[in-house]
Amino acid sequence: MTATTPRPTSESGSTRRSAKPAASATRKGGRIPVRPGIKLRERREGLAGYAFLTPWLIGFLGLTVGPMAYSLYLSFTRYNLFSDPQWIGFDNYVRLFTQDPQFIQSAQITLTYVLVGTPIKLAAALGIALLLNYRDKGSGFFRSAFYAPSLIGASVSVAIVWRAMFSAEGPVDSGLSIFGINIGGWVGNVSLVVPMMIILAIWQFGGTMVIFLAGLKQVPKELYEAAEMDGAGALRRFKAVTIPMLSPVIFFNLLLELIGAFQVFASAYIISNGTGGPAGMTNFITVYLYKRAFTDGQMGYAAAMAWILLIVVAIIAAILFRTQKNWVHYAGDNR
Amino acid sequence: MTAVTPVKAFDEVVAEAQGKKPPRQKVSRKTWQTVVWMVVLIALTALVLYPLVWLFASTFKPNAEFGQNPGLIPDSPTIDNYLKVFEGIAGVPLLRFFGNSLFIAAMAVIGTVMSSALAAYGFARIKFKGVGVLFAAMIGTLLLPFHVVIIPQYIIFNRLELIDTYIPLILPKFLATEAFFVFLIVQFIRSIPRDMDEAARIDGAGHFRIFWSIILPLIKPALVTCSIFAFIWAWNDFLGPLLYVTSPEQYPLPIALRLYNDQTSASDYGATVTASFLALVPIMAFFAVFQRFLIGGVATQGLKG
Repeated sequence: MTATTPRPTSESGSTRRSAKPAASATRKGGRIPVRPGIKLRERREGLAGYAFLTPWLIGFLGLTVGPMAYSLYLSFTRYNLFSDPQWIGFDNYVRLFTQDPQFIQSAQITLTYVLVGTPIKLAAALGIALLLNYRDKGSGFFRSAFYAPSLIGASVSVAIVWRAMFSAEGPVDSGLSIFGINIGGWVGNVSLVVPMMIILAIWQFGGTMVIFLAGLKQVPKELYEAAEMDGAGALRRFKAVTIPMLSPVIFFNLLLELIGAFQVFASAYIISNGTGGPAGMTNFITVYLYKRAFTDGQMGYAAAMAWILLIVVAIIAAILFRTQKNWVHYAGDNR
Repeated sequence: MTAVTPVKAFDEVVAEAQGKKPPRQKVSRKTWQTVVWMVVLIALTALVLYPLVWLFASTFKPNAEFGQNPGLIPDSPTIDNYLKVFEGIAGVPLLRFFGNSLFIAAMAVIGTVMSSALAAYGFARIKFKGVGVLFAAMIGTLLLPFHVVIIPQYIIFNRLELIDTYIPLILPKFLATEAFFVFLIVQFIRSIPRDMDEAARIDGAGHFRIFWSIILPLIKPALVTCSIFAFIWAWNDFLGPLLYVTSPEQYPLPIALRLYNDQTSASDYGATVTASFLALVPIMAFFAVFQRFLIGGVATQGLKG
């Protein structure tokens, strides 16, 4: 049971089960003879277990499961917080897809942001992790420097900085103008504001990079040596050793980053001053949901939006889990 | 190049066995590579940290320079922004916002560490019916987008008339709703050999006793990591206070910053930037002091910043 390998959450359930018998076997096998008291003992264990889990259970039921069920119900109603929810069947869902161009646009820019930004971010994180892994000495400083943005990237402060940096007279534009590129500000530009948000996401590659780096350190050196002996070049070694050995970490990062990217809020909200502009281009799904629910008071409509998001996230997760046997190699599978 | 890696030694052995001289210029090539490596990384670091350096430098620019001077060095440096920003906004001094943020973050740390450690012990060390299912459910909440719970949660807290209090922000932390922390501590507890708690059990110690006097002292590093992350996440949280805190004197920093940001007439630019910078200072200080714990925690558990 190592705590050192980051492993996809799906696996940890099974690791737990596999670890348990070993521990209990020693107990069953030896000292404690089976006697009538064992039932009582088991019950006491159960009581203790639930006692420890009580705070979590209250939160889980009261703040997660209950609200999930309630929001599913709300998504089939019209509800404005003041009068009782009014059942309208699938109306909210139908309206979202057929009569709400804002929602369609919001879904489009959110998907663009997630599906374009996340792979680039992961590639950057992996590339720089490889670079850092090249040498141990002196890489600690760089690792910390690269990690810092991921701690603060979602903060309001950074969103304010980003807006200033990408404004018409900001450092990014004035830097680009040296090369003869004149943009005139990214924030107000309909086609550049999403790329600007993606750059902000990529800037926070450090957290992912650190996980990759930990994964790289676990790859047995002999594999590289063996590959080198067989005459594999650097690229070949990367494809045949690094990628397969790292695939559980890639899977884990991909899953969490995709889901995380759907939830971008503060930066989009601050950069557009809460409007989702220009022309709805920062109206990411969370921003739109917030506006509908808490500015317009359309709780039922917003709940429907939340459930659509949940379904999309579930589909993406299902696709990843389904395809993982084709490309994710867990150590011990074939060794 | 003093460090002789095993790989290289191996290379040399092979080369000798094949009757070749050990390649001499390889050393200088290695040095070259290291220099290039350094240069590339320094350039990347400069690029990545530029926004933060720029932010810091900009706090010394007088308002007139915003939109005129995109560079790092202010033409006529001033500390006016700092003087102005400490006066606060909307009649509330800046330190008040800091205090509010500090209070929320401190409560978040206490709540998270207590509730997560308890739950983690239950998951990791007690065998009882249903624990497997509950653990899987807990892991499942890691992947749950917050959108599906946020509206009902708001309705509940609104019913309970807890809007404009900190309870909606703090209560969830005491109920271990952030599965990441539970998972992190579970992993840590599992890495501790069971010998000691088995021994304590034989001596008649109950679970609470084992938790309190054996496990808790051993998981301190994990608790430190959790505390730091809980602090930083609570400090940065924007959506929570945006929903639940309505009166300006109760605002934590992120919402106060929005106040600056929204009122950005050109004349307030310096104050906005300076307040933004000051809001980051505690996090950067935390990071500087505890980076070993932070990066260690991320590396072992896949925890995000």
